[in-house]
Amino acid sequence: MNNVLQQTVDSLRARFGDAVEEVREFRDDVIVVVGRSAIVDVATWLRDNETCPFPLCEDVFGIDAWTRKQRFEVNYHFFSLTCKQRIHLKVRVEENDPSVPSITGVYPGAGWYERETFDMYGITFPGHRDLRRSYMPEDFEYHPLRKDYPLMGIPGALPLPKRG
Amino acid sequence: MGLESALGEGYLTTQLDALVGWARKNSLWPMPMGLSCCAIELMSAGDPRHDISRFGMEVMRFSPRQSDVMIVAGTVTYKMAHVVRKIYDQMAEPRWVIAMGACASSGGMFRSYSVVQGIDQFLPVDVFTAGCPPRPENLFNALIKLQEIVQQSSVLDYRNSNEPIIVS
Repeated sequence: MNNVLQQTVDSLRARFGDAVEEVREFRDDVIVVVGRSAIVDVATWLRDNETCPFPLCEDVFGIDAWTRKQRFEVNYHFFSLTCKQRIHLKVRVEENDPSVPSITGVYPGAGWYERETFDMYGITFPGHRDLRRSYMPEDFEYHPLRKDYPLMGIPGALPLPKRG
Repeated sequence: MGLESALGEGYLTTQLDALVGWARKNSLWPMPMGLSCCAIELMSAGDPRHDISRFGMEVMRFSPRQSDVMIVAGTVTYKMAHVVRKIYDQMAEPRWVIAMGACASSGGMFRSYSVVQGIDQFLPVDVFTAGCPPRPENLFNALIKLQEIVQQSSVLDYRNSNEPIIVS
C-alpha cells in the first residue's frame, strides 16, 4: 500500500473506529469493508477530505456470496483525480434485510448504479429518490443475478408477443 | 404465341402472379432492425464494395410503413421483442422477415434469461441466416433466397407456402 492510501486508511480508522471492519490489499488494490450504517459518512469523508479527496464514484455494484452468512455485498469504487488513487469499499448485508443507505446524496452519479444493483439483486437503497428497475421490465418479479435465479430464467416470467 | 401475335408488337401475355412476383422481388425495401453487431455488417452490405442496390434493395426505409422486408439484425431481448413486434405489425402486407445472424435465429451465444432464443417465437420468419455476424455476402444469399420465395408466392395469398429457409 502506498503512502497516500495508507494515510487515507489510517485516517478512516481513526475517524470511524469499529465501522471500518476490515482492510485488505490485493494486487495494489485497497479494499475497505465498512459497516452499513457508516457508509454515507465514510463516502462523504472520502469525497471531502483534504489530503486525498475521492470526488469520482466509478462504480457501484452488488455481489451475491450465496453461502456466506452475510449473503449480499455492495461494492463501491472511488477514484481520486488529484492523487490518482483508487479505493474500494464494501458493505455486507444479510439476506433477510438487504438494504444499504443510498450514497446519492454524496455522489449523485451513483443513482443509476444503485438502480442497477436493485434491479439485479433486490438490494434496496433507502434515500434514493427514484429506485426503479433499470434493465428488466417494471412488472418483472425477480432479481436475475441472484444465485438462486436459474440461468435460463423462469418460463413465463417475461412474456413474449403472440406469433400470430 | 396466339394472343400476342394477334395483338401485334408491344404486347406480352403472362400470369399476374408471375408479373407481380417479379416486380415485388426486385424492389424489396428493407426495414433495418439493427440491434447489435449484425447491424454493422448490414451497413456494410450497403457500402459501394458490396452494393446492395444491385438487387433493388438499397432503399433502407427507417419507417415500417414503407418497407417490405424486416431484417432483424442482432440480439433480441425479451424487453425488445415487444418493440420489434410492434414495428412488424406496422408494416404493410405483403411483408417478410429475415433473421440475420445467430442471435436473431437462435439466441446465439446468449443462452440466458434475458435473450429470446430465436425470433421465430414471436415473428413468422422467412429466412434464417447463419453467421456471427454473417458476412454481407451471406446476407445477399438470404435476400436472393427470399427473392425466390417472393417470386413463387401468390398475389392473393402471399404467405401460402413455405417453410423457412436456412442459409449458411
